[in-house]
Amino acid sequence: MAHITASVYTSHVPAVGAALDLGKTGEPYWQPLFKGYEFSKQWEMEQKPDVIFLVFNDHATAFSLDMIPTFAIGTAAEFAPADEGWGPRPVPKVIGHPKLAAHIAQSVIQDDFDLTIVNKMDVDHGLTVPLSLLFGQPQAWPCPVIPFAVNVVQYPVPSGRRCFMLGRSIKKAIETYEEPLRVQIWGTGGMSHQLQGPRAGLINREWDNAFLDRLINDPDSLSRLPHIDYVREAGSEGIELVMWLIARGAMSDVDGGKKPTVRHRFYHVPASNTAVGHLILENN
Amino acid sequence: MSLDKPYNDVPGTTIFDADMSRLGYHLNQFCMSLMKAENRARFKANERAYLDEWPMTEEQKQAVLARDLNRCIALGGNIYFLAKIGATDGKSFQQMAGSMTGMSEEAYRDMMVKGGRSVEGNRYIGEKK
Repeated sequence: MAHITASVYTSHVPAVGAALDLGKTGEPYWQPLFKGYEFSKQWEMEQKPDVIFLVFNDHATAFSLDMIPTFAIGTAAEFAPADEGWGPRPVPKVIGHPKLAAHIAQSVIQDDFDLTIVNKMDVDHGLTVPLSLLFGQPQAWPCPVIPFAVNVVQYPVPSGRRCFMLGRSIKKAIETYEEPLRVQIWGTGGMSHQLQGPRAGLINREWDNAFLDRLINDPDSLSRLPHIDYVREAGSEGIELVMWLIARGAMSDVDGGKKPTVRHRFYHVPASNTAVGHLILENN
Repeated sequence: MSLDKPYNDVPGTTIFDADMSRLGYHLNQFCMSLMKAENRARFKANERAYLDEWPMTEEQKQAVLARDLNRCIALGGNIYFLAKIGATDGKSFQQMAGSMTGMSEEAYRDMMVKGGRSVEGNRYIGEKK
């Protein structure tokens, strides 16, 4: 049977992708950020996951205002890096895992989560920046990826609680898939940032670190945090952090198993307008 | 019954909800069209003519022409859509975000390097700083 080996959490700031693509990672501004991912890149090389279930949000790229799915699972064989207005990032295309994705869709929808099934989708920096941070600049990504897009652009976005419970349902689905795949689940976006209005530039280091503490030790109570707390404390775009609760909900301790092991924790301000957080939890 | 919108008392912040999305539909879809290189070229060649192809309000068109992102947001624009205008202009996200704060580009960048805008005094409208 397939099983979840670890959950990985990271911000997906577009400027980080640009820094990588333009060869600026050695600049003093960016150096401390990329240093925070050195361990993780090494760890990924050792872990060799078979599939990554990658939770991210689309930033008005694949989904305009024509359609706004709350939860969308990518079931295609491949996904092209999108042109977000600056031209597509020079990164490999993303190879999907249609068979596992279809299995998860079947299971999770029967478990009362109404997913939108997406057979054609370009993927933006929300998905490709995390891949670059964890895998560097390879010719091809090392394993298939199932993109899972969450609406965090138009309110109301799904609650933290809903996301947490969904993660649990995704775990159940993966554990009933018959091939013995080693699956990682990634939650991306955040941490504190606000990109709009006179309050743009908001960063809340204290709140972010408390969020990381609670995500590790007490995700159940964290999942009950209302949206307004994210907005007020972590900025209007800090709401992306609800996506981290999907990945956390898929760890075994949520279902009565052992607590995960913290393999890596990193926090850095700033990347452009944003606080960058990164965490690796190994499932036990 | 009125809807629960607990986010209207956060200073300097507009939450893009279903009501704002309704107001800004054509403005945001115009922005979306700028993801195609040919449309970016047509927009740059004659902004007014390109905007007139969209059923946007005159106020929305003026806000776009003036690159007044705060005004665009008040009229239903969403920052991720508005970012396509910035991309067309060759602006970074930091330049766009900074433009809404009343700070110079340099001052905004410096604030971010020093750890960003503090939440203290920025949680509630009318709160004492």
